[in-house]
Amino acid sequence: MTPTPETQTQDRGSAISVRNLRVSYGEREILHGISFDVLPGETLVILGGSGSGKSTLLRTLVGLERPTSGEIWLGGKNMATITPKELDDLRKTIGMSFQGSALFGSMTVGENVSLPLKEHSPLDDSTIEIMVRLKLDQVGLAGYENYMPAQLSGGMKKRAAVARAMSMDPQILFFDEPSAGLDPIIAAGIDELILKLKKAFGMTCVVVTHELASAFLIGDRMILLDRGVIVANGTKDEIQVSQQPRVRQFLDRIPEPELKDELSYLQMLIGDDATARK
Amino acid sequence: MAFTEAVGRTAIDQFAYVGQLARLTWRAAVAVVTGPRQGAGLRYRRALHQAMAVGVEAIPIISLITFFVGVILALQSAHELKRFGAMEFVPNAVALSLTRELGPLMTAIIVIGRSGSAFAAEIGTMKVSEEIDALETMALDPVQFLVAPKLVAMLIMMPCLTMWSDFMGIAGGAVFGILGAGFTISSYFRATLDALLKEDIITGLIKAFMFGMVITAVGCQEGLMTGLGSEQVGRSTTTAVVKSIFVVILVDLGFTALFYFTSPN
Repeated sequence: MTPTPETQTQDRGSAISVRNLRVSYGEREILHGISFDVLPGETLVILGGSGSGKSTLLRTLVGLERPTSGEIWLGGKNMATITPKELDDLRKTIGMSFQGSALFGSMTVGENVSLPLKEHSPLDDSTIEIMVRLKLDQVGLAGYENYMPAQLSGGMKKRAAVARAMSMDPQILFFDEPSAGLDPIIAAGIDELILKLKKAFGMTCVVVTHELASAFLIGDRMILLDRGVIVANGTKDEIQVSQQPRVRQFLDRIPEPELKDELSYLQMLIGDDATARK
Repeated sequence: MAFTEAVGRTAIDQFAYVGQLARLTWRAAVAVVTGPRQGAGLRYRRALHQAMAVGVEAIPIISLITFFVGVILALQSAHELKRFGAMEFVPNAVALSLTRELGPLMTAIIVIGRSGSAFAAEIGTMKVSEEIDALETMALDPVQFLVAPKLVAMLIMMPCLTMWSDFMGIAGGAVFGILGAGFTISSYFRATLDALLKEDIITGLIKAFMFGMVITAVGCQEGLMTGLGSEQVGRSTTTAVVKSIFVVILVDLGFTALFYFTSPN
């Protein structure tokens, strides 16, 4: 497994470099100084259980949360210190597919996909119309321009959200739980779509998921988050054979040991898990 | 000690809330004036759509309610004026009450119920379903995209609706005046025009403009402050209606006092 990088600048060649990242909600720290890199063209899967901080990490990477400290280097800029204008410019080079699709319910699928183009590009309406058809075709939704999001199934909504995320031809695509809430067949279709897009456009992808099958299918590298720290960072083969206890527990689906008494429960509540579970 | 502490904390919270409303309105106003030309057509269409929803679609219910309010005002004033043999002042009472006070206020309350609540529900639902986050990740400012078109629509439509309310209320008063107080159509409207001063209508429209600003700010702010979970949308909507009515009454009080003390008469 690759060692955790600790340098304070963006590694040459990295699409994203995260250094000693700390994120808090009020007094509560969620991410406790994590560092990792995402290489261009690779798919990094961020694994972790509920409450591990993986969604917070993703939200921070796209600028929806501000770090308490640390650095996020993306496109040569440190997202922790850039101005709102620079952040907006940076956001035009990335795409994000949300867990619940987040399509605008008052707009058709075509209007959803065309929105970033109409707002940010100088293209005329007929060119935008062609681009929308192209993007929808790429995600397997050709002909659905005039449908409302409410008329689509869960899998189709996810595809439409991917088409919208791709509308500005981003360099990096972020996916939050792409297969959550979908049946295995539809989820496999979304995995296949991510692989297809990566192969066709060589895009860098960052995927947050807790679906192991999906993670091992689409990921080149993985990091496992546990209670706000990275406990493993490596290729999928390295993760597969890792003997790190939390990795094994996660991969082998071993439940948390039951707490024996009241004192252990109180120790767990104050975060002293090691003592609590002894 | 605990009581004074609670009063102090509540006062600070309320001042902070007013500050949030002012900041949101300022950001939306700045977005209207300095928004990028790119995508301006889209925002213009959104403002037009909002103007239809806020204004044009509200005309039937506003017409009906203010017409009845006009009849009620005429009946109530006639009840007292009859004792003094001054029934000829019914048009004055109706026209002045409506244009200065009840026209803008009734319109605002109806608009709060129809549109202020809708603003909070729409933005709150978007917040819960991550659509606001999606806007931000697409480098779109939610205030510019969502709040600014609503503000423009409201600032244009509130004075228009208020003028229409004034007219419908006066028409309601005229029905009683003609059927129950011995006026003809022309004598009633002549008496109304004689009673009204330009200032009466202008002060009402200034209030309507301010109410439009308040309703937009409270509705959108409550929507943006919606917490996690769909039940929070319902809570935001209710809070938006209650707070909007309260703030509108406060603004009304403030402007009525201002006009009273600054009026030359």
